[in-house]
Amino acid sequence: MHMATVLTINGETKSFDAPPDMPLLWVLRDVLGMTGTKFGCGIAQCGACTVHVDGKAVRSCVLPVSAVANRTITTIEHVGSTPAGAKVQKAWLDAEVIQCGYCQSGQIMAAAALLAATPSPDDSDIDAAMAGNICRCGTYVRIREAIKQAASGRQS
Amino acid sequence: MITDKTLPDVSRRALLTGGLATGFLLAFHLPLRAAVNEPEQPRDTTDGKFAPNAFIRIEETGRTVLLMPQVEMGQGVYTSIAMILAEELDADWAKVAVLHAPPNDKLYANPAFGLQATGGSTSIRAWWTPLRAAGASARAMLVQAAAVQWQVEPASCTASKGEVVHAASGRKLGYGELALAAQGQSPPKDVPLRDPKDFVIIGQPLKRLDTPDKVNGKAVYGIDAILPGMKIAAIANCPVFGGKVGKVDDSAAVKIPGVRKVVVLEDTVAVIGDHMWAAKKGLDALKIEWNEGPNAKLSTKDIWQHLRAASEKDGVVAKSVCDIAKGLASGDRFEASFELPFLAHASMEPINATVHVRPEACEIWTGTQIMTRVQSEAAKAAGLPVDKVIVNQHLLGGGFGRKLEPDMVVAAVKIAKQVDYPVKVIWTREEDIQHDVYRPVYRDQVTASLVDGKVAAWKYKVAGSAVLARWLPPAFQKGIDIDAVDAAVDAPYDFANFHVEYVRAEPPAVPTGFWRGVGPNNNVFAVECAMDELARKAGKDPVEFRRAMLTKNPRMLAVLNLAAEKSGWGQPLPPRVGRGVCVQPSFASFLATVVEAEIDDIGEIVLRRIVSVVDTGIAVNPDTVKAQIEGGLVFGLTAALYGEITIEKGRVQQSNFHDYRMMRINEMPKIEVVVVKSGEAPGGIGEAGVNAGPPALRNAIYAATGVALRRLPIDRKLLAAGKKA
Repeated sequence: MHMATVLTINGETKSFDAPPDMPLLWVLRDVLGMTGTKFGCGIAQCGACTVHVDGKAVRSCVLPVSAVANRTITTIEHVGSTPAGAKVQKAWLDAEVIQCGYCQSGQIMAAAALLAATPSPDDSDIDAAMAGNICRCGTYVRIREAIKQAASGRQS
Repeated sequence: MITDKTLPDVSRRALLTGGLATGFLLAFHLPLRAAVNEPEQPRDTTDGKFAPNAFIRIEETGRTVLLMPQVEMGQGVYTSIAMILAEELDADWAKVAVLHAPPNDKLYANPAFGLQATGGSTSIRAWWTPLRAAGASARAMLVQAAAVQWQVEPASCTASKGEVVHAASGRKLGYGELALAAQGQSPPKDVPLRDPKDFVIIGQPLKRLDTPDKVNGKAVYGIDAILPGMKIAAIANCPVFGGKVGKVDDSAAVKIPGVRKVVVLEDTVAVIGDHMWAAKKGLDALKIEWNEGPNAKLSTKDIWQHLRAASEKDGVVAKSVCDIAKGLASGDRFEASFELPFLAHASMEPINATVHVRPEACEIWTGTQIMTRVQSEAAKAAGLPVDKVIVNQHLLGGGFGRKLEPDMVVAAVKIAKQVDYPVKVIWTREEDIQHDVYRPVYRDQVTASLVDGKVAAWKYKVAGSAVLARWLPPAFQKGIDIDAVDAAVDAPYDFANFHVEYVRAEPPAVPTGFWRGVGPNNNVFAVECAMDELARKAGKDPVEFRRAMLTKNPRMLAVLNLAAEKSGWGQPLPPRVGRGVCVQPSFASFLATVVEAEIDDIGEIVLRRIVSVVDTGIAVNPDTVKAQIEGGLVFGLTAALYGEITIEKGRVQQSNFHDYRMMRINEMPKIEVVVVKSGEAPGGIGEAGVNAGPPALRNAIYAATGVALRRLPIDRKLLAAGKKA
């Protein structure tokens, strides 16, 4: 048995057994049953697993759970309770960004972290923040538009 | 739209009442949230509902549940199909909910295939008339029920937004109030369908029904299935095509905390664990000796040698008009060959299937494009009758043709047979890319002659795998794969002498399958690249050259003209910047695309702008049509820029997104899609954009550099400044 690990996720304290090297992604999905955060590549190449650690977008598939003790973790299930997250979710629906949607948890987490840090991003800010997130359906044009809408508060 | 929040009681009631439903009925009557978002499948019966046909259930509350014969994998089909049904039903759109239909070819077979399959841009085309008829018939029964109650002529009543209205007396009844009475009416025959000019739902850019739960993590894909007692399995397939498992030493693996069991199949080893991390670590700790078999030395070079040799042979004639030999004997001769690589699908949701095998039944949770085939193949693997296999369909995190195959479910059944608990089998991205069914390699040869600046003779030979022969044998007739030559025989141009041949050339050992864009991917590339080269040979502008041969194809010509206008065709560009055009009639839609690209001095490509104009007939949801073209372009351009699966020592050399690259947001140009108004029957749209990107980009490169690329992916080395073809 491992020592119980304690994490603060979406404002709640969670206690569970997991090996210290287990990536946060699998803790969320397979231990805590929070399936909104997605597995895409396992090597931090696609961004589907993006969560916030202390407000910053990180790839949970390569983040050992032992590295996030005492940090504040936010996932897609809760990002709507942050001002930037709520704006991004609304813009995503207004611009009808989503197709299959599998990558969009990660896209939304990356975009919410961007807007929280940079409220009025230009195209190069968007490229820098979002280039780590692959969308196989090719919704990039609408992602860019939705981020701009979320930043400006206007609707499509 | 009814949201999950308004209906928790329905889901709960259905769960509690259970009922006598078998697997066959299992997916009926689930509220949207339960069907789409929860792996649990509550049961219900049709009691108290108006169930006029396989697609419509109206409850006494007025809630209108529409059963989806086609699966949602991002293409927006749940919304479009619901719109078609709701239009003729005169449903109140705010009360519409959608559910996956259960596997049942009798009720839900795609008319295009005779199989409950989603693919080939068929959903709207195949279901357009049947679903309109289903909606209209149900509406007529509701009107009849109201007319009986009011003792008036049905013709004196009208339906609108979920109500039947008798205008003369001012009476109204909601569909929910009429549900029980309508259930007693006989379905009328030959109800007239609405005149398209009177459509109120079709043609509107309505918001998608599936997206609200996709912004907050609530949407449940196959990989998200969670069941009581479930364990997770990671697998290693034999790295060499056709190889088998030899010896497995699991002594280290079984000591890893959380590892439950090692399962050895003929060509796969699985480690089952409490979670994916334990399963993966267990897999890494195995010592597996593979019997690599006869393909251990196979390489891409061998495969191309095989295909090139095969493509030099005469093919089966797929179409021949006038006299090709005579046509080619005169004029200015052109010959070229175009080659396309193997491609993986790489849907963002890695391959997975969750299976629980019990002695008397097998239950499956997955997202598939072929529900009934999954059911029947799983039954074989489980050794159970088909009706003992329950398939719980989920949202697909991309399909792109990979999930037109049942292999991942069959393997999961074999693994689950070894244990008594449910197992979720997840393929790592590496397994997903290295054990795909690949878009085939193709070699296409075009021989043409020019007379007076026009193509007088066109001979086109397609050589490649016949995916259709394996996937739908009855459709493979006389040695012709009608998918592989689809846009070859359906060329848009007025060629006086026209001849298409097909050579079936199956690549050694490598399994091939459908890949978004399907057969026309090879055809549109070859045709549109050859047309650009012919235009240059004729000394003509590429758009002018095409226009002159589209005089009998007004829909194609119209989209080309509009694309030329919107893209600023002919306006001056800086050095090493070019525009390339592609026109294609595919899947009964007409698409013209102009890509503008810059090629820098080292041959790297910057996409500047894309304009696509599409005539898809009646656009059921014009915003979805736009989205599909936008996304299709990215899918196709990704392949043109980066896509290639290569093989050495019988193994796929690529493994993940670092070496099987995808386009990313920083590489995106501006994309403008124009959907032209049309009253024609709807065409397909999911594939078309994929076909358009590669030739339009290639022709832009040709315009910018003079280099006539004839292979994909694009070889940057050929494009450095100073190089000229």
